[in-house]
Amino acid sequence: MINVTINGDPHRLDSDLNLNELLRKFDIEEDNVAVEHNREIVPKSTFDRVIVTDGDNLEIVHFIGGG
Amino acid sequence: MTDSLIIAGKEYKSRLIVGTGKYKDFEETKLAVEASGAEIVTVAVRRVNISKSGEPMLADFLDPKKYTYLPNTAGCFTGDDAVRTLRLAREAGGWDLVKLEVLGDQKTLYPNMPETVEAAKTLISEGFQVMVYCNDDPIQAKILEDIGCCAIMPFGAPIGSGLGIQNPVGIRIIVEQANVPVLVDAGVGTASEAAQAMELGCDAVLMNTAIAEAKDPVRMARAMNHAVQAGRDAYLSGRMPKKLYADPSSPLAGLI
Repeated sequence: MINVTINGDPHRLDSDLNLNELLRKFDIEEDNVAVEHNREIVPKSTFDRVIVTDGDNLEIVHFIGGG
Repeated sequence: MTDSLIIAGKEYKSRLIVGTGKYKDFEETKLAVEASGAEIVTVAVRRVNISKSGEPMLADFLDPKKYTYLPNTAGCFTGDDAVRTLRLAREAGGWDLVKLEVLGDQKTLYPNMPETVEAAKTLISEGFQVMVYCNDDPIQAKILEDIGCCAIMPFGAPIGSGLGIQNPVGIRIIVEQANVPVLVDAGVGTASEAAQAMELGCDAVLMNTAIAEAKDPVRMARAMNHAVQAGRDAYLSGRMPKKLYADPSSPLAGLI
């Protein structure tokens, strides 16, 4: 098991996984989001190469209505 | 005769930019945006609610291929937070055109201008096209233009206040000195105030609350659409001079 923080909340996951796998796990379409991995923005083209591991901090954002 | 708005090299027919916040639901957002005639809509960048993913999203109702999404930094009180937000926005959407606002105070939502200037410099150095929310001070506006912002967006009144344009002289001076588009961003409450902004020579108006918090947002969106066009035409027409006394409209010759 690994412990990660996603959008400020703690989550327990079975094992290390890449970002594509993580997004799929949470049913998030990668087209519409941006991801910060330990404060570094991850280019979408590298989602399959960035591995999420124990202690990592992720921010996953998208566009919502705003003025 | 074409009279297009050009921002960062791209041409737009509409001179009204609308926000997409505060609506009852996405359907109302969509109908109001359609009625407004806007081609650019502002959007916020926020955390995905991962426990509720799969719910309807803004993009399902406002197609990002049809509308230009203008990501904002609403809620950011430091330049660093604003820059971080817009870097994420660029990665999420792939667009360089952004709206920068760095707030200085919860109660007034006035911009923190020193932070705004520094954030704008950073963003421009990274290739962003920055439309910048600022105060109505012509000196600050000039500084923002000189560092390379592609549009200057002074407030007409505090965000969400609907007070109308409080400093028309300041706005007019900013318009006269600027070589990039000037937009009144925030403060407009009703159609006549949108027209006033355009009559002052502004290139466009950006609003959210005036439409979203009207009793009938879709109808108000249409009113704003007309007001912006009317104000633009009135500005380009050149108003008649004001006179102290009356001047009859019918000829005096041939009176019985």
